[in-house]
Amino acid sequence: MSATACRLSGIEKAFGPNKVLRGIDLEIASGQITVLMGANGAGKSTLVKILCGVHRADAGRIELFGQPYAPATPSEAIAAGVVTVHQSINDGVIPDLDVASNLMLDRLTQPGSGFFVRSRAMRAGAQEIADAMSLDLDVRATVGDLGVAERQLIAIARAMARDARVLILDEPTSSLSATEAERLFALLERLRGQGVAILYISHRMSDIRRIADRIVAMRDGQIAGLFEGPTLDYEGAVTAMLGHGLTAADITIPPVGAPVLALNGLRLSATGRPIDLTVHRNEVVAITGLLGSGKTALASVLFGMQPAAGGAMTLNGAPYAPRTPREAIRAGVFLCAKDRASNGVIPEFDISGNLTLPFTRRHSRLSFLSGRSERARTGAMIELLGIVCQGPDDAIGTLSGGNQQKVMVGRWLAEPSQVLVLDEPFQGVDIRARRDIGHRIRETAADRATIVFAAELDEALEIADRILVLNEQALVGEHRNENVDLNRMLAEVSGLTAQEQTTHHMQA
Amino acid sequence: MKSVQDQPLLRFAIRFGFLILLLGLVVFFSIAASGFAGARSAVFVFQSVAITGILALGVTATLVVGGFDLSIGSVATSALMLSAYVMVVMEQSAFVAVVACLAMGALVGLVNGLLIVKMKVPDLLATLGMMFLLVGLQRIPTEGRSISTGMTMPDGSTTEGTFSAGFLWLGRHRFDLVLDDLIPVPVVVFLIVGLLVWVFLELTRHGRLMYAIGSNERAARLAGTNVNRYKILAYMISGVLASVGGILLAARLGRGDIASGNNLLLDSVAAALIGFAVLGAAKPNAFGTAIGALFVGVLLQGLTMMNAPYYTQDFVKGAVLVVALVFTFALSSRKRGGGH
Repeated sequence: MSATACRLSGIEKAFGPNKVLRGIDLEIASGQITVLMGANGAGKSTLVKILCGVHRADAGRIELFGQPYAPATPSEAIAAGVVTVHQSINDGVIPDLDVASNLMLDRLTQPGSGFFVRSRAMRAGAQEIADAMSLDLDVRATVGDLGVAERQLIAIARAMARDARVLILDEPTSSLSATEAERLFALLERLRGQGVAILYISHRMSDIRRIADRIVAMRDGQIAGLFEGPTLDYEGAVTAMLGHGLTAADITIPPVGAPVLALNGLRLSATGRPIDLTVHRNEVVAITGLLGSGKTALASVLFGMQPAAGGAMTLNGAPYAPRTPREAIRAGVFLCAKDRASNGVIPEFDISGNLTLPFTRRHSRLSFLSGRSERARTGAMIELLGIVCQGPDDAIGTLSGGNQQKVMVGRWLAEPSQVLVLDEPFQGVDIRARRDIGHRIRETAADRATIVFAAELDEALEIADRILVLNEQALVGEHRNENVDLNRMLAEVSGLTAQEQTTHHMQA
Repeated sequence: MKSVQDQPLLRFAIRFGFLILLLGLVVFFSIAASGFAGARSAVFVFQSVAITGILALGVTATLVVGGFDLSIGSVATSALMLSAYVMVVMEQSAFVAVVACLAMGALVGLVNGLLIVKMKVPDLLATLGMMFLLVGLQRIPTEGRSISTGMTMPDGSTTEGTFSAGFLWLGRHRFDLVLDDLIPVPVVVFLIVGLLVWVFLELTRHGRLMYAIGSNERAARLAGTNVNRYKILAYMISGVLASVGGILLAARLGRGDIASGNNLLLDSVAAALIGFAVLGAAKPNAFGTAIGALFVGVLLQGLTMMNAPYYTQDFVKGAVLVVALVFTFALSSRKRGGGH
């Protein structure tokens, strides 16, 4: 087998009380593509950041080609030959400059590279790099005019120009089309042939099947499974990533009421398959799927943030096609957005201001706000959700993540809705807050239809009456939350059994 | 992490530091400069800051939604020239002049807002462009000359209109309060505008939503706020208040003076930014802006009465602004603790 390029042993990392990595042992071999899989929050990004010098490990050792390796800064990591291409491509390229400058940027930043830019020499050098990577690019083109795939290839070429021996790619295909991804894979295969050790982070099954030599599955800050050999056990890897100990939660499924929201042949993109779905009153539906499966797009369409590419929706029988979140809210469709820090929390406001934000009209007369009315409603929500705080006037920043999330959920529970959509409501929330939020959502569900988007299967199992699986922007499975066939669901999530999927889809 | 909550002295300093400093200044000048303590002197301070204060309250509205308006100074001077043009050249009444100016301010604000919201031009650049445009535009009708009765127009005619008495009243009349002829109209306008802006920003849901936009625009949009409309509204408030300032300036000067109002932009922006530090708000707010304007006024009046030369004024304003910004960003930001 190939030589070990990088060996990690006992890596631990905590942010405050939150243990993100709990003893990682991992080897990355030269001339191999090691795929690292893991759900959100499994600790993949933290591990990458330790390898590329952004974070330092609290405990454990890393060896790089037999030498101890503990980069304090990203430039130290690069100097040691560990190069990372991050998920957001624009971190890796400078769009306003041409391809040559981008490829030669690292040489420009070195001391002694001269005061004046020598364009011709630079273009020649850049062409050399591009040729070495078999990149067919005009080095005079401005990077900003190129497509996402080209930018990605440039970022990788630039990384490789630094004599990288270990290349780390963090979800590189998340914004590439299939043909664009194929160019990337071809490049990675060439680099593998040159003996580069590649750590490839993704949970797109199609990518993994295409290029993986080894699969490492992470879960909750630990290595949950290592798969290698001539035939890789993909299903085993997905199970390891999503957790073995999945058990159906204690859910009593109530009888459903009248249909509230119906999706008829809704398409999330021009190439997406049509989605048909009906959600009823007094029903909690969880929609699960991996990153990029279309959960976010579906939530955006439901809440008027982007138009559907095709098909129609009805709300209580009437056509429903919101153009803005405002229209959606007027129609009684509420969305508790994912990633509360950027989409939900108003950092300068107190709890009360955050909670009543969408419904200030209800708390004001002739536009004048009534503090008493706001505090009363906030107090009721603090009570209902068990928000730990001194009172409604506490600054939102003083609350823990779980309690902030409760405020975000309370914001949308405070007024009656037709459809309540919660996108990843358990993101960055501790287990107790998660239980609290889940219970309150179920308790209050009688008079509305509730849709919860959750990437983690156990979260879906904990909250839903019915679980739908989304894969590649299509509904591929439906499960009543009673004696769920977990293996089938896992297979659907990972898109493993294409044949089966189509049949389920027909039945749905 | 040591939070400010554990340090009552620091918390007190952040909250009341600037007000105490203002009080200290007043006491100091009252002792050091004879004639500083007194109603007439106080009114003079108010009068000196009334127009910049009104402009600053407008900028505050744009700062609240996370924007900035660099065009206020030129809107004010445009209103000054427009009112003179309407009355002196077109021989219209004071009422027409005031309405024309207010409409012009609203229109400029609307265009600023549309440039920023619809054309996605960054706020500083959009309003900078507008500033240039207005500085030039106001000179075109008179070929760059100041407007006064009896001047010769580009077409050879002579202007025969005058500033009406009613218009001049806006700038020169003084109301009686205890003493005869004490409080000038601009001061009253400043206080009323200040109160209205404060009420709007602090007590109404529109103000609340504007602060939400400034703090996290995306979250505000996802909560159903019509972000674009509130941003445009903020620039229109700014434009209208700037034109109010211009009207008062014209009424005080009594002529369309092309060279007036050069300092308006910087002075009013400084007042609004100093306002961040008042009461430890660490954000734009109407009360702080008014206090910020007064602070500068008191300092300049006191120094002038102590015979500090006029050319030190900008230095003093700059120093106050820097101190206030340190208050706001270095000290108050700790108030929110570490966190994300």
